Amino acid sequence: MTENEGKGFRMILTFCVMFLFWLLLSGIFDALHLTAGVLCSLIVAVISHDLLVVGKRNKTIVRSFRVLMYIPWELWQIVLANLDVAYRVLHPKMPIDPLIIEFDTTLRSDFALVTLANSITLTPGTITIGIKNGRFWVHAVAKEPAEALTVDGTMQQKVADAYMEW
Amino acid sequence: MLEVVVVLVLVLGVFFLFVGAIGLLRFPDFYTRLHATGKCDTLGVGLVILGLLIYHLFYYSDSLLVCVKLFFLILFIFISNPTATYALMKAAYRTGVAPWKLGDERR
Repeated sequence: MTENEGKGFRMILTFCVMFLFWLLLSGIFDALHLTAGVLCSLIVAVISHDLLVVGKRNKTIVRSFRVLMYIPWELWQIVLANLDVAYRVLHPKMPIDPLIIEFDTTLRSDFALVTLANSITLTPGTITIGIKNGRFWVHAVAKEPAEALTVDGTMQQKVADAYMEW
Repeated sequence: MLEVVVVLVLVLGVFFLFVGAIGLLRFPDFYTRLHATGKCDTLGVGLVILGLLIYHLFYYSDSLLVCVKLFFLILFIFISNPTATYALMKAAYRTGVAPWKLGDERR
């Protein structure tokens, strides 16, 4: 696939997403608003087509689907994280023992790194501090969540699966 | 029956927001406080909006677009809240805020 072909595909996909979002937010379907929507979506698609969609055409659709499959597991982890925080906050003795850990991942693409960073922040007892070249600095509220992240590594595996980066 | 579900979801959301606020007051330093607010505010606000979404879905089913908008509100909060937490964390770490260790005095 040539560079130009990929660019066209990215523009069309960005345009479609932007226009759907316009329809959603405006909710008015007369000629004036639709034309304005098309124009605005076109401008956005031309300027920022390389922000929303990156990578090859054949992978983009599959990858979006796999990322959608990742979300339910992530939601469950968020609920666990909140119960964990609630336990630590409401416990009279406040069982916390904070430490900062570093670890490497095999992930390289921006989307995968952002997803993993936000997932770490939302899951039990850990918050991302920094990322550099796939290396993560993470603040953990106690020993067990830190070990769950570094030793177990389920989350890295799931994100890698979702973005197909093995 | 539906009211019961909506109220349950709202109460659960408010509970998590409450826990986040208590954590903000009880935890000893900047980083641990962000643990409380970063997680609890995300799910708390998400659940409150989910309650409103369910209510709207069944009582005002002629304007479904509002439900979709509320859903996207939840989605964007779930993306932007951890990102903002990360930005705060990174700024604090870069400027050299020392993390609290077990046995230190709270600050």
